[in-house]
Amino acid sequence: MTIEVRNLVKTFGSFKALDGVDLKVDSGELVALLGPSGSGKTTLLRIVAGLDWPDAGEVLINGEDALAQGARERHVGFVFQHYALFRHMTVFENVAFGLRVQPRVVRKDEAAIRARVKELLDLVQLDWLSDRYPSQLSGGQRQRIALARALAIEPRILLLDEPFGALDAKVRKELRKWLRSLHHEINVTSIFVTHDQEEALEVANRVVVMDKGRIEQIGSPDDVYESPASAFVHGFIGESIELPVRVEGGVIRLGGRPLALAADGLAPGASRLFVRRHDMLVGPPGSGAFEGIVHHVRNFGPVQRAEVALSDGKTIEIDAPRDKELRAGDTIGLEPRRYRIFAG
Amino acid sequence: MAMQIADSVSLSVSDAKARAAAARDNLRTEPRAVRIVIIALAVTFLTVFVVLPLVVVFAHAFSKGILAYLAALAEPEALAAIRLTLLVAAISVGLNLVFGLVAAWAIAKFDFPGKTFLITLIDLPFSVSPVISGLVFVLLFGAQGYFGGWLRDHDIQILFAVPGIALATTFVTFPFVARALIPLMQEQGTQEEEAAISLGASGLQTFFRVTLPNIKWGVLYGVLLCNARAMGEFGAVSVVSGHIRGETNTMPLLVEILYNEYHFVAAFAIASLLAMLALITLIAKTVLERHLDEGYAGDH
Repeated sequence: MTIEVRNLVKTFGSFKALDGVDLKVDSGELVALLGPSGSGKTTLLRIVAGLDWPDAGEVLINGEDALAQGARERHVGFVFQHYALFRHMTVFENVAFGLRVQPRVVRKDEAAIRARVKELLDLVQLDWLSDRYPSQLSGGQRQRIALARALAIEPRILLLDEPFGALDAKVRKELRKWLRSLHHEINVTSIFVTHDQEEALEVANRVVVMDKGRIEQIGSPDDVYESPASAFVHGFIGESIELPVRVEGGVIRLGGRPLALAADGLAPGASRLFVRRHDMLVGPPGSGAFEGIVHHVRNFGPVQRAEVALSDGKTIEIDAPRDKELRAGDTIGLEPRRYRIFAG
Repeated sequence: MAMQIADSVSLSVSDAKARAAAARDNLRTEPRAVRIVIIALAVTFLTVFVVLPLVVVFAHAFSKGILAYLAALAEPEALAAIRLTLLVAAISVGLNLVFGLVAAWAIAKFDFPGKTFLITLIDLPFSVSPVISGLVFVLLFGAQGYFGGWLRDHDIQILFAVPGIALATTFVTFPFVARALIPLMQEQGTQEEEAAISLGASGLQTFFRVTLPNIKWGVLYGVLLCNARAMGEFGAVSVVSGHIRGETNTMPLLVEILYNEYHFVAAFAIASLLAMLALITLIAKTVLERHLDEGYAGDH
């Protein structure tokens, strides 16, 4: 099943939630919609599910016009951030719901429903909870039940809205791995929304980075991390050092001082220079494009993080290997191994 | 030896706990004398204003013995009043159940212009004197009222008959069901309904399988209070009833008439039925409130 949206626009009052979004998801993909809150990612997901309607644009599921159908006819599995389990039903009845409300002509008989629910509860490894009520489950268990419930109707596509957003860090990490292997197993075309870049990069085949109702970049996790298409993407994904610079006559200047960095093909004017923290290499004074004084150093697992005041007054944080000798008060040279410059 | 140490440790722990508890109590509560005075005031007030009147009702009702009590209730007029009261309560509770559900649904699950105004409007019957509520219907349906001529031409009797009494009662008791449901439904949100629809449920299936089970205790709570008020309503009904004996007298109206005619035992016998309704309502309300809290707590 493929999903395609074309030129989708949606406003809430004066707020533009979606501002002309185009996206194509191939069959069997697991795509992450990544962006800060208010970027329109949840609105996009809800429109694909039929829980919201766009002001303009098209939604095609498997090539058919989905906007001609209501949420009920679209056959879409939807998993909510806050689970939305039916609180007055047992886990078993929650999962069975989608099977029980089918029209009489296609509805399975009771034995078949029971078998299917059992199968799904086995799939999410929670068959031992079938007689409990949602309020008796932990957050992680609830979300797995919500997923089993969505899968019960054999959805054409699966949509997950911040599925792990309400869970604590440890459970999130477990469920991430679990979701990826589950997707591998059932291979249903899926879109999930998240504001957590780590989650998006770890789980998805493809990442769609959104900001202010627009798509900033679509690419593999490696693409969006290694070659961000815009200043926003560079700043949002991975920890970045951001410096305001000017490009003038083929020279990059930081606070008036020219930097020994190549400026080929850059448009002149105010720009921003982005460097990943671990791409700033430490050398002796005068050795790199920048020079600065180490303010203090802290150890973070495999790296040490140093706060460095650059000679033009701006303070940055860099990550250096632990074997590099760094002490507060040292004057060091810094050379960006890789960097990107975006106009604006 | 080890035992002894363990003992003394646990002793000192419980000591510390007791001291901490005592310290907390001192911080939290007033001096003993103040506490006694406050409690005594509350008990006296409740006794004089609530318990005594209730006792008096039953004492007067049974003052001539149980046979006189039963005889008073078996009077045709009394039976007619009880029947009418039950009928009117059934009609107005039924109507308000539907209205209340619809209004609460609209307010809690949708956004539309004029929503705040609608919420205010729902509370109107609470803020208007019941006599005025009754008078409104006289102005609408009375001989001199807006629809009076038309009704007379078509030989339809609303005032001084069951329809008028039911209308006035429905108006006065309108807020109960809606008021019980609006906060509950707002708290529960629309996610479960959205989940149901995306799982393929129709609108009706969603309502009966998801929405209604979630609010059933709230519905019962609203119905209970609505019913108690409907049976006890005096002012509005008094204006539209016409006080036709054996026909348009509800129980509260009959109590007044009997009392004014010095039939004290009969008056208090009917009153005792209303008092019992109140007591049962109170108990049921306590039970329902416990269930309602669970609905609010939800699973989120």
